Order: sequence, then structure tokens, then C-alpha cells
Amino acid sequence: MTRRYHLGSTEIVYLALAGILLVAGVLVAVRGGNLFAQQNVSYMLTQTSLLGFVAIGQTLVVLCRSLDLSVGYVVALCSLVGATTMAGDPSRVWLGVVAALAVAAGVGLVNGLVISGLRVNPFIATLGTGLIIKGFLDTRFKGPEGEVPFGFQTFGYTRIGPVPVSTVVMLLVAAAVFVLLTRTRPGYHMFAVGGNLDVARLSGVRTGRVLVLAHVLCSLCAGVAGLLIAARFGTGNALVYSYGLDLDSIAAVVLGGTLLFGGRGSVVGTVGGVAILAVLDTAFNVLDVNPFFKDVLRGVIIIAAVALYARRQLDPASRRARFTTGGGDAA
Amino acid sequence: MTLTAETSRTARPWRERLLSGGSWTVLALLVLILAVIVVINPSFAEPMSLMAFAKKTAPLVVLAVGQYFVIVSGEFDLSVGSLVGAQVVIAARLMDGDEALTWPVLGLMLVFGLLVGLVNGLVTTLLRVPSFITTLGMMLVLFGAIRLWTGGAPTGALSESFRVLGRKGFPDVPGQFQVPYALLVALVVVGLAVVLMRRPFGRSLVAAGDNAVAVAYSGASVWWLRTRAFLLSSFLATVAAVLIGGFAGVTAQVGQGLEFMAITAVVLGGVALGGGRGTVIAAMVGALTLEALFTLFNQLALPSTVRPAVQGVILIAAVAYAARRRRT
Repeated sequence: MTRRYHLGSTEIVYLALAGILLVAGVLVAVRGGNLFAQQNVSYMLTQTSLLGFVAIGQTLVVLCRSLDLSVGYVVALCSLVGATTMAGDPSRVWLGVVAALAVAAGVGLVNGLVISGLRVNPFIATLGTGLIIKGFLDTRFKGPEGEVPFGFQTFGYTRIGPVPVSTVVMLLVAAAVFVLLTRTRPGYHMFAVGGNLDVARLSGVRTGRVLVLAHVLCSLCAGVAGLLIAARFGTGNALVYSYGLDLDSIAAVVLGGTLLFGGRGSVVGTVGGVAILAVLDTAFNVLDVNPFFKDVLRGVIIIAAVALYARRQLDPASRRARFTTGGGDAA
Repeated sequence: MTLTAETSRTARPWRERLLSGGSWTVLALLVLILAVIVVINPSFAEPMSLMAFAKKTAPLVVLAVGQYFVIVSGEFDLSVGSLVGAQVVIAARLMDGDEALTWPVLGLMLVFGLLVGLVNGLVTTLLRVPSFITTLGMMLVLFGAIRLWTGGAPTGALSESFRVLGRKGFPDVPGQFQVPYALLVALVVVGLAVVLMRRPFGRSLVAAGDNAVAVAYSGASVWWLRTRAFLLSSFLATVAAVLIGGFAGVTAQVGQGLEFMAITAVVLGGVALGGGRGTVIAAMVGALTLEALFTLFNQLALPSTVRPAVQGVILIAAVAYAARRRRT
């Protein structure tokens, strides 16, 4: 029953994606353009990769009924750590990658331990670690720093046909997380912890470890996004934290049908949610929409898309039979 | 929790009741921070400096009270920062320094604020969109719409009488002790909020945050309770906008990041995210603590780049300490 439910929710996400593609395609065609021209398609796919990494990680923590507001700062930090460690030397590429990911994992570990061990609300805990990283970044780095060797920059630019390598890597990470969530014990435990922490603990799940694991994986995904930024810019850049990746990634996760209150959702849906945002972005660019109007439209479309399936998502099978009648207001 | 709240209400003095809300750690932190400030700079304890502090803090207190209503009912309001910015820009553009337009524009701001709250509330409760997403979307919409309308940079000016509330005090003699009107506004807001939370509406609101199903079965309409919380939050954001506009004037950045400040203040006060626990007074103390912290940073002449890091550490430490107490 649970599996069928997930399929249903994800299907709606992709139906919404198809609908938005259709509307955007028609609108662009009316203006005499082609949304599906190779250049637009690669722009669209490039847009998915950066937010994709962050949102995949965010999916894991949201599933555990947590959330991570520090991802934007982790992305910025890791782009700097990666770029400064590589320092333009091709032989240090792997060192840079390992260093960036190690830092990311460390931040995730701190987030997870503060939330599970010290019982700090995830909102405050990750906002706090985010602020700490921001303070460090602002103090230590005045501008772009470090240099990424040309070899690693290919991660940011190379394409196979219209498909950027970074998007392929993002999809591979998504596939790995999909396997984690649907085939392995830690994955099941994440659903259990998000569904009901107490029941999970009483059933013998070590809830603290599950939360820490989810946060470490989330930060690792953000770390990969940071490396992608470094590869694209050729340097590390602290200002990446002002891109709004934190809220965007949460929006993508919820757009993808994952319940913000944990316990339900899928990484496939998240990829769909990221794709929806990328299609919007591309269409706005091609249509040359005023950047401020873009924000208005994004806001309205995010709300409308979630509204489309929010009602469906909360109603069926989520409550015991006697609570499904009459208690309609009690979501 | 209900049981302890019940006993505390009847038997214990008000001081202990304040502590039982989980807010005593933040109160201790506030006293500590204020003490450190006074040690570093004894002139801070003088009435005039204290009043200046109160004037600066008042908008955040008002916002925190508004955010409290929403959080205690189990929701978020991320749109308040954008709403404050939008209201200030709307006021400046529409009145453009014209005294005669002050009151009509204030009325319009009120209507606009309530409309935003109504949309937030109805989309969240009737369309079942999580409030995090609803208000995030509203934040984007307001941010974009205002800049679209003004072409990117705010234009116009606020009239003098509009700025009185945020800037002036009583008695109005420059260079002498005065009680800022902003402080009076904040006190009235907090006072009314305390009364409201003791009325059936307040009780039901906390209950809705604790267990919405139970409240629905006991006959209250949860959607209308929560919608009213959003209305209150947007209304108080409008009040805060009047204070902030008066205090600081019109800039493109006005209001930015205030939603996180308000939520931080409320949570710092021991109000549980997810609803059902915490008091208005605690939210107010949280706001005072946050502003006191910023004042302390100023007194220490801390480099602006280090401030977020210190703020983050103190935030986590305070909430972790409060969480530890609550479990024992």
C-alpha cells in the first residue's frame, strides 16, 4: 500500500512537470522561439544539477522530519575549501575533493549531533551552524579565492550531447539515494524516524544515528554542489550563500511531493521538483521576463503546484479510518 | 504538559509560571547580556540609553508577538520580512511626503496587510499547502511585486506625521529623557496579546498547535483559528512596518531577514516550533535578548564579519540549554 501511494504522489509531480513544460513550450513557441532547442535544453539541465544535489540531500533530512538551513553556507564553504586546496595544481584535484567532502561531512555531523544529542530544534540548529559558517567565510575570505585546475573544470562544463556531465552525476547520486531509501535498512529507518520518532525508538531503531546519518549525507550532497560551483567558476566563492539555495531546496523537496512533516516522500519526486523549477527558470529566461516578475511567478507557481496535490497527499491512508470522516480541518 | 500548566496557573506565583514556560533560560541570558553591557559601558544603564534601546527593539518585539501566534498554532510565517519591506515601500510611494495622505495610506496598509494574512491563512488551511511553502511563496511574490512596481529602487518619502510613531517620544523635547512612542506601542501589543492568549481564542490556538485533531473533535474550527493567527501576524507586521519606517526611513533592504529574526526570537524564548507550547512573554523576552546581543556586539566593537558566528553559537547554546532543562 505504501509503495502504491508513493507512485501516485510522484506521478502527480511529473504530470505537473509535463503540464508546465507544455504551457512554457507553447508560450515560447507563440513568441517565435523553441523551448526545446538544444541550447535551451542544456541550460535547463545545467540549472537542475546545482539545486539537484542540494535538494537530494535536503530530501533525506526532510524525510527524517528535520530540515537543513545551512546548506547554502556549506556549498559556499566547500567551493572555497576545494578550490584553495587544489590551488591550480592538477595533481591535487583529488585532495581538494576529499578535503571539501570531509569538511561537508564534518558540518553534517555537527548538525546531526546538535539536533539528536542536544535536542535543539533543527530549524535553530542549522540556522546556527549556517551563521557560524557565514561568520567564518566573511572573516576569512574577502572575495573569490583558490584556483581550480582545468581538468576539474570539465566537471562544470563538459556535455555529452545536450546533457551536462554534472547533471549525469546528479542523477547518479539521486539513483544511489533512491536505492538507499527503498532497499536498505538505514533508508527504511529514515522513513520510520520521520513518521514517528517515538514509535521508531520503541521499535529498536537507533534514532539518533539515523538523524546524524541523514544530516551527514545532506551536507555531503551540498559539498558536491560546492565542488560543482568551484568547477564552474574556476575559483571558490563565498557569495554563493546568497543564492537562496536553502529555501529553494526545501521548496523543491516539497514540490516533489515529500511531506514537510517527515515520513513520506521520494527522491524521484524531488528530482521532478528540481526539474519544475529549472523549466520555469529557463522559460523565464527565454521569454525575457522581468527579473522581479520572475519572483512573483515563481512564488505563485510553487504555491499552486503544492496546492494541487497537498490535499490528496494528506488525506488517504494517513489516518486511521475513524479519523478520515468529519475531521477534515485537522490536518 | 497540560497538567503542569494547570497546576501552575492555580497554585504558583507568576514568577514560577514564567519559568515553567521554558523561558527562564532566555530571561537569565537577557539579564546576563544586559549586565555585561552595563559593565562594559555603564552609561547604558542611564534612562536615556535604555529608552533608545527600547525604541530600537520595539519593532522586533511586535513582530515576534505576531510570529508567536502563528508558531504556537503549529505553523510558520516566513512572509513577514517581505511584508514589512512592502508596506514601507508602499507607504513611501503613495504618500510621497504628503501629510494629508498619511491616514488614508495607513488605512490602505492595514487592508493590504490583512489581505496578505488572509491569503496566507486560507491557502495554508483550506488548500492544505504547508505554511512553510505558502509563506515562502508569499515572500517571493511580495519581494518581486514591490520591486516590479517601483522599478527596483524605492521611490517617494514618508510624511513627518507617519514617522512620529517610530521616531518620536513623549515628552517631545530633543536631547532630554523621553518615553518613545514605539515602546508604548510595543507594550500595548504585548499587553493585548497576553489578554488574547487568556481568552478562549488563545487557549484554542495553543490547543490547535498541540493536537489539531482533538481540537477539531472538541468543536472548534481549526482552519479559522489558524487563519486568524496569520491575520494577526500580518497585522502586527504592518504595525512593525510603521515603526521601522519611522525609525529608519525607506531603503531597498528594509525588512530583509526579519522573518528569521522573528522566528529566532520566538524560539529563543522557548516557544516550541510545531506549536502547542510557550507564552507571549517568552517570545517578547526572546526578541529583547536578540536585540541586547546585537547591542553587546556594538559595545564590544566586534567586527561585523564575526557577528554571525557568535550569534550562531549563542543561539544553539541557549536553545540546547533550554532543551536540556525541559527534559529533566
